[in-house]
Amino acid sequence: MTDTATASDSSRTAPPPRLRFENLSMVFPDGTHAIDDVSFTVDPGEFVTVVGPSGCGKSTLLRIASGLTEHTGGVCEVNRDSIGYVFQDATLLPWRTVQKNVELNAELHGIDKNERKRRATEAIELVNLVGHEGKYPKQLSGGMKMRCSLARSLVLNPEVFLFDEPFGALDEISRERLNDELINLFQSEKFAALFITHSIAEAVFLSTRVLVMSARPGRLIGDYAIPFGAERPHDLRFEPEFAEICGLINNDLKDAHS
Amino acid sequence: MTALDSERREVALEAQAVPSAAGAVVPVRQPRRKSAGHHLRNILPPLITFAVFIAVWYLYSWSRFDVAAQRRNALPYPHEVITDGFLPLWDPVSGLRPILGYMWPTAKVTLIGLTISVVLGVSIAVVMNLSRGMERALFPYAVLLQTVPILAITPLLTQLFGDEIGVRLVVVVLIAIFPVITNTLFGLQSTDRLHHDLFTLSHVSRWTRLRKLELPSALPAMMAGIRIASGGAVIGAIVADFFFNQGEKGIGYYIRNKQQRAANRPEMFAGTITASMFGVVMFLIVGVITARAIRNWHESAQTRT
Repeated sequence: MTDTATASDSSRTAPPPRLRFENLSMVFPDGTHAIDDVSFTVDPGEFVTVVGPSGCGKSTLLRIASGLTEHTGGVCEVNRDSIGYVFQDATLLPWRTVQKNVELNAELHGIDKNERKRRATEAIELVNLVGHEGKYPKQLSGGMKMRCSLARSLVLNPEVFLFDEPFGALDEISRERLNDELINLFQSEKFAALFITHSIAEAVFLSTRVLVMSARPGRLIGDYAIPFGAERPHDLRFEPEFAEICGLINNDLKDAHS
Repeated sequence: MTALDSERREVALEAQAVPSAAGAVVPVRQPRRKSAGHHLRNILPPLITFAVFIAVWYLYSWSRFDVAAQRRNALPYPHEVITDGFLPLWDPVSGLRPILGYMWPTAKVTLIGLTISVVLGVSIAVVMNLSRGMERALFPYAVLLQTVPILAITPLLTQLFGDEIGVRLVVVVLIAIFPVITNTLFGLQSTDRLHHDLFTLSHVSRWTRLRKLELPSALPAMMAGIRIASGGAVIGAIVADFFFNQGEKGIGYYIRNKQQRAANRPEMFAGTITASMFGVVMFLIVGVITARAIRNWHESAQTRT
C-alpha cells in the first residue's frame, strides 16, 4: 500500500453506497483465480476508476456488479435495476439507426414509444450526436459509436454507470475529447461511476478516486483520492500535480507486474 | 456530348462533392456517372466467355455429324436450337409459347416449395438454436434430408404423396430446406456475445431476444442460405416433373418428352435453356431482395468498384 490519503474517510451521515464490494472473490470453473478479497464502495457522486495490468480481473469486477457473472465469494451490493453498462466495444446493433439504437434499452425495459423517443432525443443531445440520428453504425466513426453507446445507457437514467475500457480503441484525440465530455455528463447527470481502464492519465483525469489492482489474482494494491475539484479543464492534464499522481500510480503498477 | 466531355463532367462533379464531404467523418458514397469504358469493362469478359462457349458448341456439333442418318444426332447447332426450338415465338403448338406454358407449373412448384422451405427451415433452425440438446436431436436428420437419394425412393414418395403437385413440392422442400436450416442456424449462433450481454442486462424474454437480436443478426446468413436453396428448388421442381407427371405438366415433362427422338433435340435444348434461365432469374430475385434487406448495415452490401 502507498501512503497517500485514502478516499473512504466518508462522514457518519453519508447516504448508502450505490455499489459495495466486500471481501469479493472470484474463482472461475476452470480454476482461474480472478479476484481475491476485494472490498470498496462507490458512493453517490463518486467516480471510481480501477487500473491494473491486463487480465487482472478488472472487467470481471464489472460483470459481477452487473450480474452478468456470478461471484464465488464475498458480497456484492448494487441496485441491478438501475445500472448503465458501457462495453469495451460500442455494441450497437448494426441494423438499427442511431436513434433506434439509443432507444434500445428503453424499448427492452418496456418504456412506451413516445417517452422513449423523448428520452432518446435528450440523450442524443447530451452526447452531441444531433444530426446523426438517421445514420447506421457503419457510417459512424469510433468516437461517434461510443457516444451513441453512452446515450443508449443514459436513456435509462441509471444510478450507477459501469464503464469497461470504453475508449480503449480510440485514438488519443478522440479519447481526450470524450473524457472531457464524460466529465460534463458526470457533473450534469449525477450518476456514480465505476470505470475500468489501462490508461493512468485517463483514470486520474476522470476520477474522484483511483484504485490499483494487482496481476491475477486481482487484489487492491493502491487507493488514491484525486484532489482535483469537480471542474476538470482540458489542460489539467499538463499540471505538475497531475503528473505527480500519475507517477505514483505508475510505480504501483510496476510492482503489480513483478 | 463527346466522351471526353462526359469524362470531364464526371471529374467536375466529384471535385464539387469533396468539400461537402470533408466535414463528415465518413465520406458519403458519391453517385458515379458510368462512362462507356466502364460499361465495356463490365460486359466484355462474360461476352468473351459466351463467344468461346458458342464456338466450342459449334465445333462439337460439327464433329459429331452422323453420315448414315445425315443428321447431327448428339448436339444440334446453336442456331438450330433457336430456329427449331424457340421459333416461332408465339404459336400455340410449337416454339417458345408452349415452352413457357410448361414452364409455368414448374415455376409455381418452385416458388411454393421454396416458400415452404424458408418458413419451415427457419423455424427448425430457431428450434435447434434453443438448446444444444435440440440441435443434437435434430441436426443429423436435417443432414439426412439432404443426402437421401430422392430418385431412389420415388415409388415410396408416390405412395405417400400421390403424383401431382403435392409430391413435387415434397421433392423441392427435401432439396431446398437444408441450406436454409444450416445457414440460418449458423447466423443465429454467430450473434455477437456482447450483444447477448446487452440484452441479458435488460432481463429480456427468450422471444424478445430472438425477435430483436438473433433473427436480425442472422438475416445475412439466412439470405445466403435462401439463395443457395433457390437454385436447388428449381432443380428439384424440374426433376420432380420427370418422375411425377400427373396433374399440370411442367417443363421437366416437356424436356423428357423431347428427349425421345433425335429430331426433337433442338426443342429439348430450348426447354433446358428456358429452365436454366428461370433458375438464373430466381437467383437474381433473391439477390435483389437480400441487397434491399441489408444494404444499409451489412458489410457485404457495400458496392465494389
